[in-house]
Amino acid sequence: MTNSAEQLSALSILLSSLLLLVGLFFFIAGSIGMLRFPDSFSRLHAVTKADSLGLGSIVAGLMFYGDLWQNLLLLLIWLLVMASGSVSCQLLARFAKTQQDKA
Amino acid sequence: MSLLLFDTALCLLLLALALASMLSRQLVNAVMLYIAFGLMMALAWARLAAPDLALAEAAIGAGLTGALCFSALARQQLDITAAALSWPQRLWPATFVVLMLGGILAALLQLPSVASPLVAVAQAELINSGVSHPVTAVLLNFRSWDTLLELVVLLLALLGALPVAPAEKSATSWSLGLSWSRLLAPMVILLAGYLLWAGASQPGGAFQAGVLLAAGAVVLRLNQQLNWLSWCNFWVRLLVVAGIAVFVLVALLALWLTPANVDAVWLSWPPLLAGGIILLIEVFATLAIASTLTLLVVGEPAPQHNRTESV
Amino acid sequence: MTELSMTELSPQLLLYIATAACLFAIGVYGFIVGPQTLRRILALNIISAGIFMLMVVLAYRGLANGQARASPDPVLHALILTGLVVAVSATAFALALLGRLKQTQASPEHQP
Repeated sequence: MTNSAEQLSALSILLSSLLLLVGLFFFIAGSIGMLRFPDSFSRLHAVTKADSLGLGSIVAGLMFYGDLWQNLLLLLIWLLVMASGSVSCQLLARFAKTQQDKA
Repeated sequence: MSLLLFDTALCLLLLALALASMLSRQLVNAVMLYIAFGLMMALAWARLAAPDLALAEAAIGAGLTGALCFSALARQQLDITAAALSWPQRLWPATFVVLMLGGILAALLQLPSVASPLVAVAQAELINSGVSHPVTAVLLNFRSWDTLLELVVLLLALLGALPVAPAEKSATSWSLGLSWSRLLAPMVILLAGYLLWAGASQPGGAFQAGVLLAAGAVVLRLNQQLNWLSWCNFWVRLLVVAGIAVFVLVALLALWLTPANVDAVWLSWPPLLAGGIILLIEVFATLAIASTLTLLVVGEPAPQHNRTESV
Repeated sequence: MTELSMTELSPQLLLYIATAACLFAIGVYGFIVGPQTLRRILALNIISAGIFMLMVVLAYRGLANGQARASPDPVLHALILTGLVVAVSATAFALALLGRLKQTQASPEHQP
């Protein structure tokens, strides 16, 4: 990691750090939203959307350090996590909706 | 330094999750916190340079145990909220546990920090084992008794759980979950096959591949797929037993193939054939572990006529 | 040969040893206190996680004081791998028993 970091230009390091920080910000915002929002729908909204964006920007920030193959794997991870996140969000929202209709 | 910071954060998080899971009033919260704890454990294994364990734990801790505990929760609707405990009821166990913790820590720090002599033996014998990844060599060559008996334990657990498992509640599937699980299935099979093959030289092997396959099969079963995968099916029963059967057959074959001038030892492979033997055993062990764990987790939908008789 | 004790290990490993012991203690506390059976099963799993973590740290012994070895003890790793699978199958068996117990308690008139 340190070797490849030394080879990077200052601009790349700046960009990558910026992307990582933006990702962290979205993760924190999503977590705060999950803790503070009143009902389950808005919590789901906060956590899935903000986390997909946060993960995307963290993956983009990390891609400055990897070679082509590692970057492809990172992209695959991002796609899989995003897809499974949205599927489980839909499932949870459907469950919450049926509970709400029952009550 | 930054890694030490990360380790500290990870350890604190693990402890907080475990404590919260034990102390939370609601059982549902306890189960959710435990699943998060399992995921974090996978991270801790990766940090402790145990990638084999991280792979297995990620599939077990996050997938199988979660599905198991949630189906158990769904079954028991009674007394989900516990009555509050009084202070003495909490204080005395806590005192005992803290005293015990002090004793354990004191004892642990006095352990000699020399490696066990088995390490050197394992390293020296690695060339003759047929594989180049030491963990796989230990599992399927040096200590194959463990693996054989572990398969027996799995089978015993399944045989014990099948007669007592309560009837599943009928669940409904949904098209999005269904299509997502169908999309995941080939990826899981590909990954499990890779893990099985990679186990000869890298982290991976029968256990990780089997656990991963089981996690994928559980997801499919929860979406009303793979309905042939039940104990009623003869071929599934054959698959469950195949791990042990192939293991024992191969061991007998290896005994028979041993040249006359060498001492025949039960469960020791001839060095020339060891690679092929290990791969053969691993393939069937993977299938057996996967099917056994799936049946253990998803349970058996009780036959319709039995259910009507009992009601 | 001088007997080195575990205090010679790196601070990270000491941290993990302490975490493992604490996890074990938390599990024991939950096992004693937890009123529901499901929580006791979870507590057993936490105890086993603590023990496995302890074994992984013990697999590092000999790496710290300059013996020529590249990787941690593979024997312990293999044992833990076996243990993980056995633990999950035991949990499944316990949960099946628990489920049947609850079912029987819920419908006493259906008992033979």
